[in-house]
Amino acid sequence: MGDLDRIRWQCRRGLLELDLVLNRFIEAELESLSPGQLGVFKEFLAENDTSLLAWVMGQEEPPAQYEALVRQLQQR
Amino acid sequence: MAITTRQFDAVVVGAGGSGLRAALQLAEANLRVAVLSKVFPTRSHTVAAQGGVSASLGNEEPDNWHWHMYDTVKGSDYLGDQDAIEFMCRKANEAVIELEHYGMPFDRLDNGKIYQRPFGGHTSNYGERAVKRACAAADRTGHAMLHTLYQRNVRAKTQFFVEWMALDLIRNQAGDVLGVVAMEMETGEVTILQAKATLLATGGAGRIYAASTNAFINTGDGLGMAARAGIPLEDMEFWQFHPTGVAGAGVLITEGVRGEGGFLLNKNGERFMERYAPTVKDLASRDVVSRAMATEIKEGRGAGKDADHILLKLDHLGADVIDKRLPGIREIAKKFANVDPAKDPIPVVPTCHYQMGGIPTNMHGQVLAGHGGNAIIKGLYAAGECACVSVHGANRLGTNSLLDLLVFGKASGEQVVKDLGADAIAHQELPKDAADRALARLARLDSAKSGESVHEVGAELRRTMQLHCGVFRFPDSLAEGVRKIHEVAQRAGSLYFKDKSKVFNTARVEALELENLVEVAVSTMVSAHARQESRGAHDRSDFPDRDDAQWMKHTFWYKEGNRLEYRPVNLKPLTVESFEPKARVY
Repeated sequence: MGDLDRIRWQCRRGLLELDLVLNRFIEAELESLSPGQLGVFKEFLAENDTSLLAWVMGQEEPPAQYEALVRQLQQR
Repeated sequence: MAITTRQFDAVVVGAGGSGLRAALQLAEANLRVAVLSKVFPTRSHTVAAQGGVSASLGNEEPDNWHWHMYDTVKGSDYLGDQDAIEFMCRKANEAVIELEHYGMPFDRLDNGKIYQRPFGGHTSNYGERAVKRACAAADRTGHAMLHTLYQRNVRAKTQFFVEWMALDLIRNQAGDVLGVVAMEMETGEVTILQAKATLLATGGAGRIYAASTNAFINTGDGLGMAARAGIPLEDMEFWQFHPTGVAGAGVLITEGVRGEGGFLLNKNGERFMERYAPTVKDLASRDVVSRAMATEIKEGRGAGKDADHILLKLDHLGADVIDKRLPGIREIAKKFANVDPAKDPIPVVPTCHYQMGGIPTNMHGQVLAGHGGNAIIKGLYAAGECACVSVHGANRLGTNSLLDLLVFGKASGEQVVKDLGADAIAHQELPKDAADRALARLARLDSAKSGESVHEVGAELRRTMQLHCGVFRFPDSLAEGVRKIHEVAQRAGSLYFKDKSKVFNTARVEALELENLVEVAVSTMVSAHARQESRGAHDRSDFPDRDDAQWMKHTFWYKEGNRLEYRPVNLKPLTVESFEPKARVY
């Protein structure tokens, strides 16, 4: 449980847009992510807010390892 | 219960721009510095600042700090303290150049100098024409600033406590501040961080409003800590709003939408701006548009099932024009309003953006004790959006927020170095009850078996502020707001959450944050209700004009007894002539 709780807190960001997108996502999907997906999500959360925003809003192509995750986030 | 105590020369609470700038000053003076932050430093809300930082470098065209000072005084609607404003504008060039030397990637001119662009409210020759004064790093100025300052702090060996939340200040019998009680989120454990100097840099508290551009972390933790420790909050009635944020989300919709021909509708589909501003209509100034929107909602003509927002129509522009002229708008509207603006209007509402008031300080970052005098609280400092120095007065000029945090972050750091260095002061003895207040708060929350939901009380707080103390304020509504916000405060005294685990318990953190938001909300509502004039961002329907004879003064709110006091504005700059109040026309 501790790990998921840490991830939940780390979805608190400097930008409101990310707070909204990430929190919608974790509310719906965090508990059903596979260990592999969880690992990618953790790495993703270590990236800069400005990069996350550009990827999620479709202004920049995300690196290959985040493509699937970003697609999921965009559907939320 | 025995609590671990750790000693530092200085503790900085908050690792946004002002906290990092202050910490750097301290660490480079070889002080032992601890910086606490709820989130990783570069994820502080400073990252949201896009516009730039103002400095009269004159790289593009003639400029000087006198003109910048005039613009800032006028922008403040004459509520800003002119000594602090002179100080800030004179220090601006140094602050920016210092950052450049730290490696901040400013945009540049062909000649290698820092590129500068125009920004609303900044003029040359005392209001004559727009001037290029904003220095930026593309649209990522805040981001670049945070990274630059963070790297520099790492180099200077600043010690970071990441994912720590400060709970309460420690004061002794004499009233001196001796550090903070803080909680490490990973373990839920409480530690005393004892310090000779405590510097609050916790940012704004825009989350008191239902419609806010602020990130979730902006809960006014420093203000709540100050209020509970008997320290006044200054000018809390002044909050900057933007007319068009997505209703229910807060994400801004650029004013460019109206510039390109989008317009606002009420629930009857009426283009109501024609009534308020027959000539310019939807292109009227921000305050006129915000006021009209608030009036429509107040009079029951808001859209939606709760009649609580306005519709921004732009489908008549056509998808091609929208995509070409307003890139990103469709994406924002789809994601945060769930509408495609090429087909349907976007629900919007005036949205809170920036807090002008805060913890009262002088221009050295020393926190004022209040009671009308200049006495300071020994050991306590504040800088940035959580502080009220006051350079923004009743309204802030764009790009002055980043300047504020650089200049006063550094100034407060310098003051700490001076105060600690002069006589190599030792730690004072901690009072026996040092951690009692914080522990009692935690004990109450952890032992509660029933009570109010954090989510519901928080939502009611935000709704009450939005409805009763928003961008345009009505007397009956304010009076009811005062009653309602005290009810909310009462309910917040018995918060309950089910999960009592210690490790990264977001529910506990949110309850503690809500207690801070309550202090901010009550001080805002009470201060706004009392100020019977319109000045800057405080706009009242029953007192439409500025009243310099009675109200050219700062509000000081005290939690104890919910009491208000006033303090005259300092109209005397440091070295130049005073700028006398004039009507504020742009």
